[in-house]
Amino acid sequence: MIPSAFDYVRADSADAAVAALVEHGEDAKLLAGGHSLLPLMKLRLAAPAVLVDIGRLSDLSYIRDAGDHVAIGALTRHRDLEISDLLAEQAPILRHAAGEVGDPQVRHRGTIGGSVAHGDPASDLPAVLLALRATLVARGPDGERAIPVDDFFTGFLETALEPTELLTEIRVPKVAGAGWSFQKFNRRAQDWAIVGVALVRNGTAGVGLVNMGARPLRAAAVEAALASGASATDAASVAADGTDPSADLNASVEFRRHLAEVLVRRAIEEAG
Amino acid sequence: MQISITVNGTVQRSDVEPRRLLVQHLRDDIGLTGTNIGCDTSSCGACTVLLDGESVKSCTLLAVQADGRSVTTIEGLATGESMHPVQEAFREHHGLQCGYCTPGMVMAAVSLLAEQPDPSEDDVREGLEGNLCRCTGYHNIVKAVLAAASGGANR
Repeated sequence: MIPSAFDYVRADSADAAVAALVEHGEDAKLLAGGHSLLPLMKLRLAAPAVLVDIGRLSDLSYIRDAGDHVAIGALTRHRDLEISDLLAEQAPILRHAAGEVGDPQVRHRGTIGGSVAHGDPASDLPAVLLALRATLVARGPDGERAIPVDDFFTGFLETALEPTELLTEIRVPKVAGAGWSFQKFNRRAQDWAIVGVALVRNGTAGVGLVNMGARPLRAAAVEAALASGASATDAASVAADGTDPSADLNASVEFRRHLAEVLVRRAIEEAG
Repeated sequence: MQISITVNGTVQRSDVEPRRLLVQHLRDDIGLTGTNIGCDTSSCGACTVLLDGESVKSCTLLAVQADGRSVTTIEGLATGESMHPVQEAFREHHGLQCGYCTPGMVMAAVSLLAEQPDPSEDDVREGLEGNLCRCTGYHNIVKAVLAAASGGANR
């Protein structure tokens, strides 16, 4: 399968990438690792007129201690997250979940920024960022802005990013010592989660859901139940509240709702 | 677009369309047909090659993304007449049935052992999760990779 033809622009800086987006507008797409975009282009579900390749912007690949949070460059690959000592200490759920994305070949190419900017509700990392209450930093023609993760995912494959904005950094609060669990339910090792749950307990609880609606969702009812001291079973019983999962060849709506409850309960028990 | 990729140690300069996939470039432009196309949807791993030493699926990479970088295919593993230790182990332990997944399986194993020189059986099974063998010949494949590891394939 061959993508339809496009013009290729290789950006040599973040500003050059933004300039290319401004020039080409909605006809352009950013190419990072390409592991969400290229499959869509090969299936001709996406046919951008211009690809702006940001894959060589190595200054956007880093994992840094930034005081109260860990700053992660948007072009940091899943592989780099998976082996990060800093994340092992300060946000182990992210390190673990990055190692559950796809398979080694995918993790050698795919980036955290690409995964998040793609806005796919079936992706693992958005749910983790919801659980961690991360902040996303975008750069556009008018400068930088910080977007709380709760405002970032706006619809199916849609985010708060403007067509002229480049996601540059993901800021993850430090949660050293917090309880956490990442539950990914699938039938084959490399598959997307049929349903997934990311949970962090650091005083308050943060719970993100994979594949339970058109966008990555926060399980607000579970968080509230845990805050009021509910048992794991009782808190898990409201896991599917406010969700809107769809049916596909892997699971019915009912099965997804059931899975959410079971996986949230397991996550609460594992996180302790 | 003019690109230059070091393939198996030799610099290959070509003029390619931006939409040219790396796997097509390797097979059809350069003539290295050892890399197979299986599912063509980044699931099966038959097209696995090394990009700067790390396993990638060449069906999900544009040739222009490999510009200026180094690619190793199955043809580049052996040194003259001597097979790479992972190839040797696949032969010794019969880590194949029909052989279609084998080039990708071997390249994935080489990358895995570079990252984990002393893997457990579970590590090998997880490390090869991106490669499917439709003969389901996994048992001997895992055996071969473990044997290559204990033979010091990457130490």
